[in-house]
Amino acid sequence: MSQAYLSISRVDMAFSRGGVTNPVLADVNLDIQRGEYISLIGHSGCGKSTVLNIVAGLLRATSGGVIVDGREVNAPGPDRALVFQNHSLLPWLTVYQNVEIAVQKIFQGKRSAAEQRDWILHNLEMVSMSHALDRLPAEISGGMKQRVGIARALAMEPKVLLLDEPFGALDALTRAHLQDEVMRIQSELHNTVMMITHDVDEAVLLSDRIVMMTNGPSATIGQVLDIDLPRPRDRLELADDARYTHYRHEVLSFLYEKQRKVEPIGSARARSAATAKRESAAMRA
Amino acid sequence: MSDTTSIAGLAPASAAPPAWRMHALTLYRRFAQHVLPPLVVLMLLVTIWELLCTRPGAALPPPSQVLSDTWELIIDPFFDNGGNDVGLAWQILASLERVAYGYLLAVIAGVSLGVLVGQSTWALRGLDPIFQVLRTVPPLAWLPISLAGFQDSNPSAIFVIFITAIWPIIINTSVGIRNIPEDYRNVARVIRLNGIEYFWKIMLPAASPYIFSGLRIGVGLSWLAIVAAEMLIGGVGIGFFIWDAWNSSRISDIILALVYVGVVGFLLDRIVAWAGRRVTRGTTPA
Ligand SMILES: Nc1ncnc2c1ncn2[C@@H]1O[C@H](COP(=O)(O)OP(=O)(O)OP(=O)(O)O)[C@@H](O)[C@H]1O
Ligand SMILES: [Mg+2]
Repeated sequence: MSQAYLSISRVDMAFSRGGVTNPVLADVNLDIQRGEYISLIGHSGCGKSTVLNIVAGLLRATSGGVIVDGREVNAPGPDRALVFQNHSLLPWLTVYQNVEIAVQKIFQGKRSAAEQRDWILHNLEMVSMSHALDRLPAEISGGMKQRVGIARALAMEPKVLLLDEPFGALDALTRAHLQDEVMRIQSELHNTVMMITHDVDEAVLLSDRIVMMTNGPSATIGQVLDIDLPRPRDRLELADDARYTHYRHEVLSFLYEKQRKVEPIGSARARSAATAKRESAAMRA
Repeated sequence: MSDTTSIAGLAPASAAPPAWRMHALTLYRRFAQHVLPPLVVLMLLVTIWELLCTRPGAALPPPSQVLSDTWELIIDPFFDNGGNDVGLAWQILASLERVAYGYLLAVIAGVSLGVLVGQSTWALRGLDPIFQVLRTVPPLAWLPISLAGFQDSNPSAIFVIFITAIWPIIINTSVGIRNIPEDYRNVARVIRLNGIEYFWKIMLPAASPYIFSGLRIGVGLSWLAIVAAEMLIGGVGIGFFIWDAWNSSRISDIILALVYVGVVGFLLDRIVAWAGRRVTRGTTPA
């Protein structure tokens, strides 16, 4: 276990507001190998973004911790680049400048201005955005914004790439196109990726492993599914592949049978405890 | 914005005619849509005024008489006979100079205080109630106290401009800072911008639509206040020119000065608005 590249160990997370604590995550454990592509799937509100934000360092876990490449995470940093669902480009900067702001900061003093420029252009090239360097985010489509967000993240040369529903806001065609692009980039760069998704097909197509989360409160990892499909993967060929269908079915049955009816005993107990606590708090109020 | 609609309206026809004709047509449309209507209304108003004031016993001069009375002032705005007896251009420039000093100080102090109040909850709690009270004090009410403080009329006028313009700048800046989306902060945290970089690269541009709406209100108020303040402090300046004209019953001079004051105020507003559009391109106010 010690050779895991990214290791999430015994993470608990609770948000408290006005004296009421809301347990979101309980005992989340996950080890990820270098170069692995992991998808995180689960029902809305179970705490997927919270896990990702803890790995990013944007949130501090209530207890437990995250280790990336032997170093404990305690603040955000460019070694864990994040791509948000809503792209989060800075609207007053052009496509080029949106990548530049990160590259300048991260490589200042390490690379010359010319090298930085080449590196920015290279990353925008990789996501096929070279044609729109001087456009503002408001002037490009949603899919293009998401590409720039990915380019900005890749340009940080992160140890771990964190994607929070990167294609969630896109139409099906654009989404498929970007998925292919991410697969191609991944086959070149062998990044370590953690991606949140709601889309079962996307999870099976892209991942080496799918991590399925139980429903909150006190959500944890319910099941981990190894996706043993050869790469490069082609969505059309896979559509008829028996293993693909099997994996898909596994995830669907986790989401729509196990997480609907039978809950893991631990989480059910935690939930009833939490409800009891909330009720007694309400009575006192 | 309406410029783009007029261009867009032209687009279907644009295939055939050559570029210069298209350009001329665009200019013509722009003229017809933006210049012609106010011109027509203006002519109408001037005519009514002329008709009303040429009757015997009218208290105010008609426009034709204003023009002939003030012709000397209009054609020679740069004369200088010493003392207060200088051309209207000098009068207006003197006022603009005071506004420039007071306004620039207000911009610097206002944006800084706005950032402080927007960033820190404690500064907000401590300062905001005080600001809310002080900003309701009318500009001229500050004049006696600043005369007492500065013992001199020019810095007092500048101070009145400063204190008039600063409130909308502070308030808009702090609202803009508080409305910076969490995502932008997160981007800054991930790439580890330090405080100064965050200020210049994220905070100011993200808040700039709000800041500029404060700056625009501020410049308008400055111009309102300077004319009133100058009436009281005297010296060269368009405000005292108006007061002086009133004391010597040169009603036509007053009317001419009012036109100039209006036009200059309009231009100031447009300049700040234009600067705002340049700086905040892409960032639409939330
Ligand atoms: N800053 C916060 N303060 C309080 N509660 C929060 C905060 N952030 C998240 N939560 C709560 O934590 C739970 C998990 O939120 P999270 O955003 O991680 O869910 P998610 O699995 O990403 O959902 P979705 O798929 O809809 O994005 C939710 O119940 C949410 O209300
Ligand atoms: Mg989420």
